[in-house]
Amino acid sequence: MLAFLARRLASILPTLFLVSVMIFGLQQLLPGDPALALAGEDADPNVIAHLRAKFHLDEPVPMRYAHWAGGVLHGDLGESVRIQRPVTQLILEKLPVTIELAVLALGIALVIGIGAGIASAVFKDTVWDYAANVFALWGLSTPNFWLGILLILLFAVNLGWLPASGYVSPFEDLGENLKAMILPAFVLGNALAAGLMRHTRSAMLQVLSADYVRTARAKGLDERVVVLRHALRNALIPIVTLGALQFGELLSGAVLTEQVFSIPGFGKLIVDAVFNRDYSVVQGVVLFTASVYIMLNLLADMAYFAINPRMRS
Amino acid sequence: MRLKSAIVFFALAAALALPAHAQKTLRIGLAEDPDVLDPTLARTFVGRIVFAGLCDKLFDLDEKLNIVPQLAAEYKWAADNKSLTIKIRQGVTFHDGEKLDAEAVKFNLDRHKTMQGSNRRGELAPVTSVDVLDSSTVRLNLSGPFAPLLAVLADRAGMMVSPKAAKAAGDKFSNHPVCSGPFKFVERVAQDRIVLERYPGYWNKAQINFDKIVYLPIVDSTVRLANLKSGQLDFIERTAPSDWPAIQKDKRFKTSKIVEIGYQGVDFNVAKSDFAAKSPVRDPRVREAFELAIDRQAIVEVVQEEQADVGNQWVAPSNSWYAKNVPVPKRNVNRAKALLREAGIPNPSFTLMTGTTSDAQRLAQVIQAMARDAGFDIKIQATEFATSLNMADKGEYEAYVLAWSGRADPDGNLYNFHGCKQPTNYTGYCNPQVDELLNRQRVTLDPAERKKLFERIAAIVLKDRPIVYLFHRHWLWAYNAKLSGLRTVPDGMVRLQGLKMN
Repeated sequence: MLAFLARRLASILPTLFLVSVMIFGLQQLLPGDPALALAGEDADPNVIAHLRAKFHLDEPVPMRYAHWAGGVLHGDLGESVRIQRPVTQLILEKLPVTIELAVLALGIALVIGIGAGIASAVFKDTVWDYAANVFALWGLSTPNFWLGILLILLFAVNLGWLPASGYVSPFEDLGENLKAMILPAFVLGNALAAGLMRHTRSAMLQVLSADYVRTARAKGLDERVVVLRHALRNALIPIVTLGALQFGELLSGAVLTEQVFSIPGFGKLIVDAVFNRDYSVVQGVVLFTASVYIMLNLLADMAYFAINPRMRS
Repeated sequence: MRLKSAIVFFALAAALALPAHAQKTLRIGLAEDPDVLDPTLARTFVGRIVFAGLCDKLFDLDEKLNIVPQLAAEYKWAADNKSLTIKIRQGVTFHDGEKLDAEAVKFNLDRHKTMQGSNRRGELAPVTSVDVLDSSTVRLNLSGPFAPLLAVLADRAGMMVSPKAAKAAGDKFSNHPVCSGPFKFVERVAQDRIVLERYPGYWNKAQINFDKIVYLPIVDSTVRLANLKSGQLDFIERTAPSDWPAIQKDKRFKTSKIVEIGYQGVDFNVAKSDFAAKSPVRDPRVREAFELAIDRQAIVEVVQEEQADVGNQWVAPSNSWYAKNVPVPKRNVNRAKALLREAGIPNPSFTLMTGTTSDAQRLAQVIQAMARDAGFDIKIQATEFATSLNMADKGEYEAYVLAWSGRADPDGNLYNFHGCKQPTNYTGYCNPQVDELLNRQRVTLDPAERKKLFERIAAIVLKDRPIVYLFHRHWLWAYNAKLSGLRTVPDGMVRLQGLKMN
């Protein structure tokens, strides 16, 4: 386990370096002059010149990378030109929002997805199975923004039960916070649940036909014990991987859902930054989410050890 | 039955759990997230809406675009029009309690002119120096007479920030702006909200009826409207034209409509670069044929759902500066075809660069279809905004659909677009005669004389057609029917003075 962990950790540093080079390099490929985009509609030549100098845009690309990477190593991710705030501060401001949304969405997805997946596998070819499949198809094929707007119209405009959009900090008012988050979390969770359900179903079907499950049943174990303790535990391995990947994706921001529900998370931050050519924000946020993604993968690898004893040997 | 009772119970519980409506808070839904909240550095239209609550200006505009004093009590031009003396209103303080006096005004104008990255430097270029005559009087010395100066001072260049706070915060001032408007800054959560609270020391406090203003940027117009309908917002700006008929019928809301001071038009690359050397649009007859081929009224009906005024100039026909000697031309396809034949290009083909939003693309498609009737073959190139701006700046385009948010003085819609080598002259148009007239209107303070100069400029520029102006959008506001005292000033700013929730 330790050797494995050491190997995985050692691979993280070069990965992060490559990621930083890619983030920086890809951004250079974006067409358009950031100074011009940021100068606003007046396009004042003095302002453009000032922005070029301030962000080293008149220097060669390797030099610019060195400026940025040097700052990152010192914990300085730069400053947003558009609103003049440090990127680190923006990340810290958005992170709790994004994490909360991701946790709630993944929670909803896991409950629905795994539950429906198990039901679908255990009651294969019955009405439960078909219903779960129809549900999965619905989740996969419903665009988030469309479902989001419909839910807003139903729960906020017509019924008046929930706020239409916006965000309230849980430390300010937990009740209002949950009210504001339930719809976006459901919209995101609904889409993710579909994938989880399909994976759970196929993994469970595979495991349920395995010899040890037959043995367990032959021993006369209760069917619930067979399914939940023996079958599900093994079937969970691919689900954990998928869940970790989905969580990573959620942390990088749910662009459309955040836009529809006006949730001030990473998705909105990064999209606005890309369109405004706010380079420091794009680079900082992408580097941060990439690092989180890498860490989550590592955690998923470690979770295998916990779930599957065979991997410990 | 039990299920029904449960639903009723939960519905009641949810309704009771909703927060009581705070009567003294006004929640305004914005169409975008503003940029930096420092009047010297700010560059967006939406940012100006927030400044309307935060920072008073030396001058303001009224509903008819007349310039009226705000922080200035009175003003006087020198006999040679080369300096402007402004008497500052007495008893005005900044949100940090500092006094707004002549020294503070000088500090602000100097800051606008010298701060690194200032967006106001160009606007105030003719101001060479500022003298403090006494504690409440300043004199702006100019390099020459400059007619648009008062209008410039009725926008961000006339906003005054606290010198003490500005010196202390340096270039971080925007994180906690301190001005002298009716509301002071409380907090900003990027892309979420900007909160202001009533400044008790405001000089015009009798006009202020709210304790708190919350600006919430909600980009999606449907969601913005849903928030208004569900009672989470009291006011939304830029309602989608498609939602307009329904919201007007809803008794819970009131609506206001303003014709913008900006415009939407098509820029032609006439001489910006060699890129368009072979482009047919360099021939003025082709541009004239293009204008004759399009039906502006139909464009407004299809693209804007009638929520725009057709126009052919840098100001709308309803604007007092509109040059009546060049009216909006009617569509005439036969004449357009004849012109193209005369130019020897019966089927001119060019690329029209436009934005990626559905509205921008719909506009381009309608233009494409109309121009086809006259023989044009227009290809549409949907380009993301920052990229298109870069291409326009380098002159790597043939035609470009562009909108301008507009300035109160026509000079702001004209000079930088048609003056030789000016920053936003993306067309490359350079006509010495127009340049001379543009400079003359700047030094002519008599409005009647100035209007004659604009008429002469219109006669030349609208014949040369580096830009074919199409229409002027309506700013569509929808708000709680209990809200009264709203002023509809064409600059599209939401003025909070006099606003009241009944």
